[in-house]
Amino acid sequence: MLIASIQSALSDHDLVQLREELTSRIGSLRARGVVIDVAALDVLDSFATRTIRGIAYTVKLRGAETVVVGIQPAVAYSMVQLGLTLESVATALDLEEGIALLNRTLSTRSRRGG
Amino acid sequence: MAAEMRVVIARDGDIVTARQKGRELAIARGFSTTDQTLIATAISEIARNIVEYAEHGEMVLSPVELNGRRGLMVVAVDQGPGIEDPNVAMRAGYSTGKSLGMGLPGAKRLMDEFELDSAVGRGTTITMKKWVR
Repeated sequence: MLIASIQSALSDHDLVQLREELTSRIGSLRARGVVIDVAALDVLDSFATRTIRGIAYTVKLRGAETVVVGIQPAVAYSMVQLGLTLESVATALDLEEGIALLNRTLSTRSRRGG
Repeated sequence: MAAEMRVVIARDGDIVTARQKGRELAIARGFSTTDQTLIATAISEIARNIVEYAEHGEMVLSPVELNGRRGLMVVAVDQGPGIEDPNVAMRAGYSTGKSLGMGLPGAKRLMDEFELDSAVGRGTTITMKKWVR
């Protein structure tokens, strides 16, 4: 499992770099799950939301699952006001819940042989 | 009263600076945490529009006061290509660039007042305000 914990405000360039690093590390580390912790982000605007959604889809195409954790209450409200969604991307309250969710998803998947 | 702040917008790092300055001013003005976030997000959307379409511009963040109400004003000015039809640009989902077309209508929803002044070849000025509740 790969945990990407964002520590400070990210520029558009940083977000794109995060996508590239995560996608390549899934291969090198053979990770089956990715947790992206955005608790430190005070703003998730349209670009950030779209990029995180893109990361989750790219991760999926690389054969792994993503859970986004730690979206702050004010950030969640702002996303709703902006009409932004993460669509089918899984979310959890915090890192602990996210890891638990990912473990459940991965064990269900391996039982199904998927 | 908190002082006016100016941020030059020319590259994506400036978007982060602008929204951080916006939050600083929002805190100084006494906005709630939620409103601070809405203001910072609106600034982020507008600053990105400048980087994407005009390449260069400036944002002025200032405290405003009206009939005893405290507020914050953001004026974003660029000398970019301008917007052909502001009414169309304000429609959610409309975009001539690589964005989702959420920028302008999104920022309007997050703020209390929003004015767009633009003409082709003359650039764009966006003025938006939010009042402390």
